[in-house]
Amino acid sequence: MNSVLKGSSFVLVHSPDMLVHSGTTQTTERIVNPSSEYLSKLPKYLRSFDDVVAYLPNQVYIGSKTPDDLAAAGSTWYDKPLKGANRFGPFGEIMPQDEFYMLMQACDAFDLVRLEKAFSDDVKVRFEKHPLVDEHLLAMVSDGIDIGDIMKVVNEEHAEGIYHDDKLVGYVKKAHDIDINLSAHVIFENLASKASCTLALMHLIKVTGISKNSVEYVIDCSEEACGDMNQRGGGNMAKAAAEIAGLSGASGADIRAFCAAPAHAVIHAAALVASGTYDNVVVAAGGSTAKLGMNGKDHVKKELPVMEDVMGGFAVLISKNDGKSPEILSAFTGKHSVGSGSSPQAVITALVTDPLDKMGLKIADIDKYSPEMQNPDLTKPAGAGDVPLANYKMIAALGVKRGELDRTDINAFTEKHGMIGWAPTQGHIPSGIPYLGFARNEMMSGNIERSMIIGKGSLFLGRMTNLFDGVSFIVQKNGGARPASDAVSEDTIKRLIAQSMRELAASMGVE
Amino acid sequence: MGKFDGKKVVIIGDRDGIPGPAIEECMKTTGADVVFSSTECFV
Repeated sequence: MNSVLKGSSFVLVHSPDMLVHSGTTQTTERIVNPSSEYLSKLPKYLRSFDDVVAYLPNQVYIGSKTPDDLAAAGSTWYDKPLKGANRFGPFGEIMPQDEFYMLMQACDAFDLVRLEKAFSDDVKVRFEKHPLVDEHLLAMVSDGIDIGDIMKVVNEEHAEGIYHDDKLVGYVKKAHDIDINLSAHVIFENLASKASCTLALMHLIKVTGISKNSVEYVIDCSEEACGDMNQRGGGNMAKAAAEIAGLSGASGADIRAFCAAPAHAVIHAAALVASGTYDNVVVAAGGSTAKLGMNGKDHVKKELPVMEDVMGGFAVLISKNDGKSPEILSAFTGKHSVGSGSSPQAVITALVTDPLDKMGLKIADIDKYSPEMQNPDLTKPAGAGDVPLANYKMIAALGVKRGELDRTDINAFTEKHGMIGWAPTQGHIPSGIPYLGFARNEMMSGNIERSMIIGKGSLFLGRMTNLFDGVSFIVQKNGGARPASDAVSEDTIKRLIAQSMRELAASMGVE
Repeated sequence: MGKFDGKKVVIIGDRDGIPGPAIEECMKTTGADVVFSSTECFV
């Protein structure tokens, strides 16, 4: 029996100072061109927390607005702030940077993070009032220390500074004298990922109402590697985040596959549940500090706000079939194989039409496709185009080639079966998954029958292979139409009856 | 004479568009000399 999509959570973390100090576009610029015009202009183009909360794509991410709201609001959104927007939404929240630093400190199990006393005291008042912060988490918050001690560790011990409003408010220490895998920079990056993953897990518990002890397994599918010089990507971010979120009955492991990892992880989780290994598996990811401000140079050049100023996170609960929630069709996944080829036609065939052919469905039988849902407000000014739209056009083009669509139907197809992207360019975060919250709602209310989630990964970035990667899976209304290959066809029945009659006749002849 | 005969070509493919190896396959059918081919991810 298929597993089901029980619920999902989506969180963002406003990260303007982390953008300046940890984003690789900025850290690289500081090395190669420290007096650059970009670095000097950058602070003027950073958005405030209120701006980030009022940004429509962010409100779609946390579920307060829908993809249809985004489509109805034109083709740019940075210039259309929402009035009265709230940091909390049905799927999660947008956390301010200062509260997130306290969460990062609470997630630190090795006394590597300390915050400045006045800053810590100020933030703690708000942190304590957070609806999901409990005694268990508060007990992990350390007292603040003097700024002099922080400056000493940053200046003399190679610690990474923690900055807020352009002021030093804390540090992340290195965890080893020599090992670069435990440098302050890496620890900062990993703790930020762990903390945002933890926040997503906390919201998932609230969104789904599942008891913490019922979660049996967590799969982290972010893009960071934690380990030391003897096992650089050893892991296990999943179990580390589950511990802070209080999921004491859970084990876990990490899946890494660049931006495709979340789709791989859901396929794994669905199979673990469908096979009966576990009843409740969570797929979760935290965000990436490295990618903050990735296209900042283009945004500043065009005098736009630097909109890659949030880290993303999500968590998805996949459970035993409850007869109500949308099913994940484990037997009909798509995969880009080693021998699939890299042309767009080969990629879309492997990811989209191969599983549809297996099910006896046509391209238009998928109500909504969710490929990588990058927000075009961020990517178009940077010259990276509209990624979701490019994917929809490729799917439609293959439909034309297969004779399922007319060439003149391409635009109508992309509008009906596609969506405008709303996810931040955080690599793995946009990988189809951000639609799962809406997909469940739409299927539960009977508005759509099925959706295909597509994740793609750039394996060549790791310099181990030139291959591209991608996988896809289908989510379908519970008890929805069974695929053709599941049913016994009329021809098969006729053949079976004919064979039985021939056998009967033969046996009568013998007698 | 073909448009690419004797030309040196640098290929920068896009993960979400046309990747480098696909462009390279096309260029092999011309007289171009591919001196560099890569695929980049811009998101």
